Amino acid sequence: MENQKVKFIDRLKKRLNDRIEKVKKADAKDYKNFFINNAIFFVIFGLIIVIIVMEPTFLSSRVAINILTQSSVKLILALGVGGIIILQGTDLSLGRSVGFAAIISASFLQDLTSADKPYFNTLPEWFVNNDLLYLLLPLMLAMLVTAIFSALNGVVVSVFKVHPFLATLGSSVALYGLLQMYFESGAHGPQPIGSLSQRFSDVANYRVTILGNDFPILIFYAIIITIIMWVVWNKTRFGKNMYAVGGNPEAANISGVSVVKTTVLVYILAGLLYGLGGYLEVARIGSASSGIGTGYELDAIAACVVGGISFSGGIGKISGAVAGVLMFTIISYGMIYVGIAPFYQFIVKGVIIVAAVAVDTRKYIKKT
Amino acid sequence: MRTLKSQGIGIIYISHKMEEIFEITDEVTVLRDGNYVGTEKTETLTMDKIINMMVGRDLEHRFPPKSNNPGDLWLEAKNITTFYEPKVKDVSIDLRKGEILGISGLVGSRRTELVEAIFGARTLEAGELLLHGEPIVNAHPEDAIKNGFALITEERRETGIYPVADIKFNSTIANINAYVSKIGLLDEKKMYIDTEMQIKNMRIKTPNQEELIRNLSGGNQQKVIIGRWLLLNPDILIMDEPTRGIDVGAKYEIYQLMLQLVNQGKSIIMVSSEMPELLGITDRIAVMSNGYLSGVVNTKDTSQEELFTLATKHL
Repeated sequence: MENQKVKFIDRLKKRLNDRIEKVKKADAKDYKNFFINNAIFFVIFGLIIVIIVMEPTFLSSRVAINILTQSSVKLILALGVGGIIILQGTDLSLGRSVGFAAIISASFLQDLTSADKPYFNTLPEWFVNNDLLYLLLPLMLAMLVTAIFSALNGVVVSVFKVHPFLATLGSSVALYGLLQMYFESGAHGPQPIGSLSQRFSDVANYRVTILGNDFPILIFYAIIITIIMWVVWNKTRFGKNMYAVGGNPEAANISGVSVVKTTVLVYILAGLLYGLGGYLEVARIGSASSGIGTGYELDAIAACVVGGISFSGGIGKISGAVAGVLMFTIISYGMIYVGIAPFYQFIVKGVIIVAAVAVDTRKYIKKT
Repeated sequence: MRTLKSQGIGIIYISHKMEEIFEITDEVTVLRDGNYVGTEKTETLTMDKIINMMVGRDLEHRFPPKSNNPGDLWLEAKNITTFYEPKVKDVSIDLRKGEILGISGLVGSRRTELVEAIFGARTLEAGELLLHGEPIVNAHPEDAIKNGFALITEERRETGIYPVADIKFNSTIANINAYVSKIGLLDEKKMYIDTEMQIKNMRIKTPNQEELIRNLSGGNQQKVIIGRWLLLNPDILIMDEPTRGIDVGAKYEIYQLMLQLVNQGKSIIMVSSEMPELLGITDRIAVMSNGYLSGVVNTKDTSQEELFTLATKHL
């Protein structure tokens, strides 16, 4: 009898110990989870450290400004496609839209004193002589065209219920055809459009001196657009409707949110940003051929995903898109800076994208 | 299950459907908030006793006392016929001010389709709606909301909650127009205050309003959704299986709330598969059968048998 009691108490003690062990393990698991969930940031942080150790001059204001400049257009594009990703969508036509906007802008903004003017030999005086009209009208035209194509994507996705991947795959192919048609309509056929006017180049490359450092004005555009988009996403009814449609389209419909209207508006907003991005990109580079913009959609989408804008919809922040774009630019710029062969960049980028999605999925999977 | 039992196989059956539990079990174990409450032989238990164990306090009855007085005719739905399958066929119902109208029927009798059609979430082939005598059109849920309707859907996870959004978002999204300030931006402070008010009024158990709604229990999720609609101050509340998948305590709170609302002069249409619930809380019950309306009965004068007979009328 006494023996049994002792045994029983022992058993209880053992159970209690087991429980304490379990709780301890759970605590350890919390730390582990923290590391896994933020693994991307640790890896990227590690990479940056490695780059700095290999080439200490990487830590300079010049490099920082270059990285910001290279990130600017990418960020504007990522903010456009980010909204579409929040709607559980994607946009493969981003690159071609950007290309089309760039070609349109460049064709209007060639230096008129240059000998080579394949698109417009003469342009009206009132247009050429007024700086504001000269720079704004091509921008508006480019944005109008990309917004219309993007709106079509939105209609195909929301009204005809075509999967966004396929809808935008189709439109990207068609856009490329139209782009080439316009590109080859110049007097010399498919020739890169160069010798852009200085006024146009200044739109992107004009330098603002702050504390002895020259910042290209492009950076400030990106900052302004980021602020505007932050307000749109977080402080407007449209933004909330976007998250609602992305988070649960059926529930959105029942709560009186028009899914079609919201979707089309998100695509139009993205299209406007692609137009702006294309215009600024060609101003920055200084010439355009039909291949401009190729693959930009992948960079923009990848940056969003790494920044935590989830493909499962309804989740994502402006700060995520900013972080994603900056990280990608830092990695690729840094790897070039220390002289690593470009193909390694692709490998690293690819691994980061897949790992980011895997970690992201892990976060939102319901644990049982 | 009886066959399995007779073969000597032990079965652990998890359910909050009381009828089932009394029907099939030999012994009942009650858990509450992750804690063990007790185990008793089924034959020694009564419904009230189980509820008592589950809720941890005495619930005299499963339903709060009814005190509402249905008034004038408020909504008439005439000859509602839906365009797409599964079809609702020529259903006419009416609803009084301050009334709870139950909608009963077997699974597949198209009760959900009927209320969705009234709410504008389904395309109509024929039919009209009269709101205190005036014809109205609910072509889209947006119209229905403007006309003072609210719909708490049956599938909470599929069509109710925004799982990855927080409670604040989930509470305020249907009423978002009310928060647009003069300059066109959203008034976050007002949204915060309204959410806080709903958490308090609805007794939603949550650490704070930034908690993701999917981390709440089913009952609390349901309360958030009801709160979402109440912010719109609707006249007609359509509740499709509002107590499905939630525990007895939360159910009682929802019944209380429903009665409170009808006492304020609002009207409720409640779809339910639980006959005792319909008999305990509604004023009248419309019974659907295979897409047709097979009858409308006064709750006081009816019985489960009658409801069941009506439910099988058009099979």
